[in-house]
Amino acid sequence: MNTGLQIRHLTSTIIDVADIAVRPGAPVALVGRSGSGKSSLMRAIVDLDRNEGEILLHGVSRSGMSAPLWRQRVVYVPAEPGWWGERVGDHLTGPDSAGTRAALGLDHIRPDQPIDRLSTGERQRLALALGLARQPQALLLDEPTAALDETSRDMVETLLDPMIAAGLVLMMATHDPEQARRLGLQRLEIDGGRIRGAT
Amino acid sequence: MTIDPGNGAVMLAAIFLVLNAGLSLALQLGFVRSMLVAALRMTVQLALVGLVLEVVLTSASAWLTFGVMGFMAAVAGYEIMARQERRFAGLWGYGLGATTMLLGSAIVTVFALTVQIGPDPWYAPRYAIPLFGMMLGNAMTGIALGLNALTGEVTARRRGIEAHLLSGATRWQAMTPAMRRAATAGMVPIINAMTATGVVALPGMMTGQILAGADPHQAVRYQLMVMFLIAGATGLGLIVAVMGGVIRLTDNRHRIRLDRLRGS
Repeated sequence: MNTGLQIRHLTSTIIDVADIAVRPGAPVALVGRSGSGKSSLMRAIVDLDRNEGEILLHGVSRSGMSAPLWRQRVVYVPAEPGWWGERVGDHLTGPDSAGTRAALGLDHIRPDQPIDRLSTGERQRLALALGLARQPQALLLDEPTAALDETSRDMVETLLDPMIAAGLVLMMATHDPEQARRLGLQRLEIDGGRIRGAT
Repeated sequence: MTIDPGNGAVMLAAIFLVLNAGLSLALQLGFVRSMLVAALRMTVQLALVGLVLEVVLTSASAWLTFGVMGFMAAVAGYEIMARQERRFAGLWGYGLGATTMLLGSAIVTVFALTVQIGPDPWYAPRYAIPLFGMMLGNAMTGIALGLNALTGEVTARRRGIEAHLLSGATRWQAMTPAMRRAATAGMVPIINAMTATGVVALPGMMTGQILAGADPHQAVRYQLMVMFLIAGATGLGLIVAVMGGVIRLTDNRHRIRLDRLRGS
């Protein structure tokens, strides 16, 4: 089966992953204690850190395409998103994100607002809204609701739910077993950079 | 008519250094040692340069001329490296600054000698060495500031640059703000110098020519030419250095490579 994200023999200075697959509509919860390698695995998948190994998305190899194109298809939203401009508008140059921003309760955010004046939760939701607006074929979320209150967390889950049902390839790092259950995520445990096996 | 100040007059000028030293001691300002060491170092360096220039100018040897210029470039290359808070590891630490400085300075100096000034031979040391020295000195400062700003920016703003890369930007797109800041930092001294020249201060070379008895119009023409050349050499070397720095700080998979800096 060639659909989804297939990771084979992925190694970096931190991780050593033999073989994992994330199928469309069968999302995965990446769990493990802090420092176990969750973020490092996601960074390696999007080729942000040096790594070796083969990764296929719907049968197409990562090595056969440029890194910018790969990152447009496989979107990674870090736990603490970075910003390259000072204002919200500096980051709205990609695909139209008005819909996803509205769905995540960010209608009130203006393009001329400085990024550093947004709350931590607003920044996390904005990063997610921008990532989703790019209509990724695979989505890697690193603790996307860690800084959110219950209402905002529900907004995120409400937005993700139909996308998962529609076949989104999703890997989400989370410390919240209840959230994993609500979203129907399959547990994938990582420890010391190695996968301990799916259950 | 040229008035030679003589050694006595030079010594007399140093009286003001002694005055500064006295004031520093009395007010506990703490710059006596560094000022006296710098003054002594300058005296020894200039005395040696005077001796070397005398030999080089008298001999008019191509080998000697290029040898002196090569030595100047080697020392200036080391200065660029020494001024970096975060150096590139390995040969890049010395090589990037030194080669780009040499590139900018050499192209502009050869252009000035062959197209504008036209001495015979074209590398006549009386013209080639001082011109090359001025290009080197300014390109050295510009490139050192530019590379230092580039590595500082990329280190400090790594997360923002990575966010840009994650959005699908190429390394050149993601590094543009850092490149802009680095280029600006490197060009500020020469831009400031051009802005202030003739209003705030008379440049050293022009002052020297006028004191040595040259026609002020000729001194102005020389100074203008030299400032344009300096800006050209600095800009050329700086742009290549910053682009080389970006290439070294990233890789062909559009990743940031801070591991290529020493101690990272």
